[in-house]
Amino acid sequence: MSNVRVLVGTRKGAFILTSDEKREKWDINGPHFGGWEMYHLKGSPADPNRLYASQSTGWFGQLIQRSDDGGQTWEPMNNEFAYEGVPGTHQWYDGTQHPWEFKRVWYLEPSPTDPDMLYAGVEDAALFRSSDGGKTWQELAGLRSVKGHLWQPGAGGMCLHTIILDPGNSNRIFVAISAAGAFRTDDGGESWRPVTHGLQSGYELPDPKAEVGHCVHNIAMHPSRPDVLYMQKHWDVMRSNDAGESWHEVSGNLPSDFGFPIAVHAHEPETIYVVPIKSDSEHYPPDGKLRVYRSRTGGNEWEALTKGLPQSNCYVNVLRSAMAVDSLDSCGIYFGTTGGQVYASADSGDTWMPIVRDLPAVMSVEVQVYHD
Amino acid sequence: MIKVVLPAHLRTLAHVKGKVELEIEGPVTQRSILDALEATYPMLCGTVRDHTTQQRRAFIRFFACGEDWSHESPDALLPEAIATGTEPFLIVGALAGG
Repeated sequence: MSNVRVLVGTRKGAFILTSDEKREKWDINGPHFGGWEMYHLKGSPADPNRLYASQSTGWFGQLIQRSDDGGQTWEPMNNEFAYEGVPGTHQWYDGTQHPWEFKRVWYLEPSPTDPDMLYAGVEDAALFRSSDGGKTWQELAGLRSVKGHLWQPGAGGMCLHTIILDPGNSNRIFVAISAAGAFRTDDGGESWRPVTHGLQSGYELPDPKAEVGHCVHNIAMHPSRPDVLYMQKHWDVMRSNDAGESWHEVSGNLPSDFGFPIAVHAHEPETIYVVPIKSDSEHYPPDGKLRVYRSRTGGNEWEALTKGLPQSNCYVNVLRSAMAVDSLDSCGIYFGTTGGQVYASADSGDTWMPIVRDLPAVMSVEVQVYHD
Repeated sequence: MIKVVLPAHLRTLAHVKGKVELEIEGPVTQRSILDALEATYPMLCGTVRDHTTQQRRAFIRFFACGEDWSHESPDALLPEAIATGTEPFLIVGALAGG
């Protein structure tokens, strides 16, 4: 019997939602770490009971929590994220150089094969790795040498929010950073380079085709085709067929190509999902209708998925890490909103239902399938 | 024994209820209290002061005997009542509401 566990990070704690494989009835467990901002929780693919969580507040800073029993109990791990060497500077809002300062962990990506190995994407933007289950952290500092002095914070901070590990090549990692761009390593994190050719940011950058500075919101990959990447940029939904060497736009008939999350169907590598919002200054769905858009052609041709979603007076947002897919057949899609709802579809997006309606603003959603 | 009152979230993190009692040899200062606190409860490292700079976090305050000591030197001697354990040393989450 398969079970599903949805890990929800909110502005005021974490929640764990569980169901059997039918995904009809859900148990809601939480809040865990009540009152703390939970930017991200994620389970180890190699051991579904091993969970990691990023916990922070403005008062007490950053904590990393680990569970070895599927979220029933938690243990604080090392929370020291020290930049390697002299941290250096990056560009500040006023154009001056500003020292790199650690603020929080936005994203955790456990290794697909080793429960003790994980990566952390942090603000100010940098990538850290732990090979001992979170007891110690080491920066992969080569990333910041890729014109890091030109990176500057966007409205949400200078955050490294997306980490994708190539399942077929342990030396290849993709990361994305707000207002800095997308980057790739092919040597396990020693050296990096921008993978932004084809991105255009005409309204955001003086050079629309600059190597760095693009505001990448999220990237998704299907594990069976690691060279195909999908990107939700600040504006534009983009696709790469060559591991980021070049990108082309696939926004097609979307009502707006601004948004935050993007996800790929678990069994159909050409089926992708986005949640368009109106604009960079109006972070809510067009026309007050909460619509997930699905493309079964890898982009360009999109259909609105609306059954079970509010189609009037809805002005919530879906943040970049707040959409996930499960691996069941048929594929389940999950997303959380800034209004505190977590919606689920057990039929690849055809129909939706709220699992829970009134949580604090949802910052992240991840899903696991595990067996009793 | 020095008595320290922690904010509720840090009591939860440290798995303690009520006041924390710490043994301190030598001068009783903010620094020696925090050193002893972090040695006894390592999960609190980084939550009151920065790992590297040892600076008080921006939204943390230190109160002693009805006075705000947050802006005093971390090596300044605290009042006798704190050193004798008559009064607790308060670690407080600053007012940060709207």
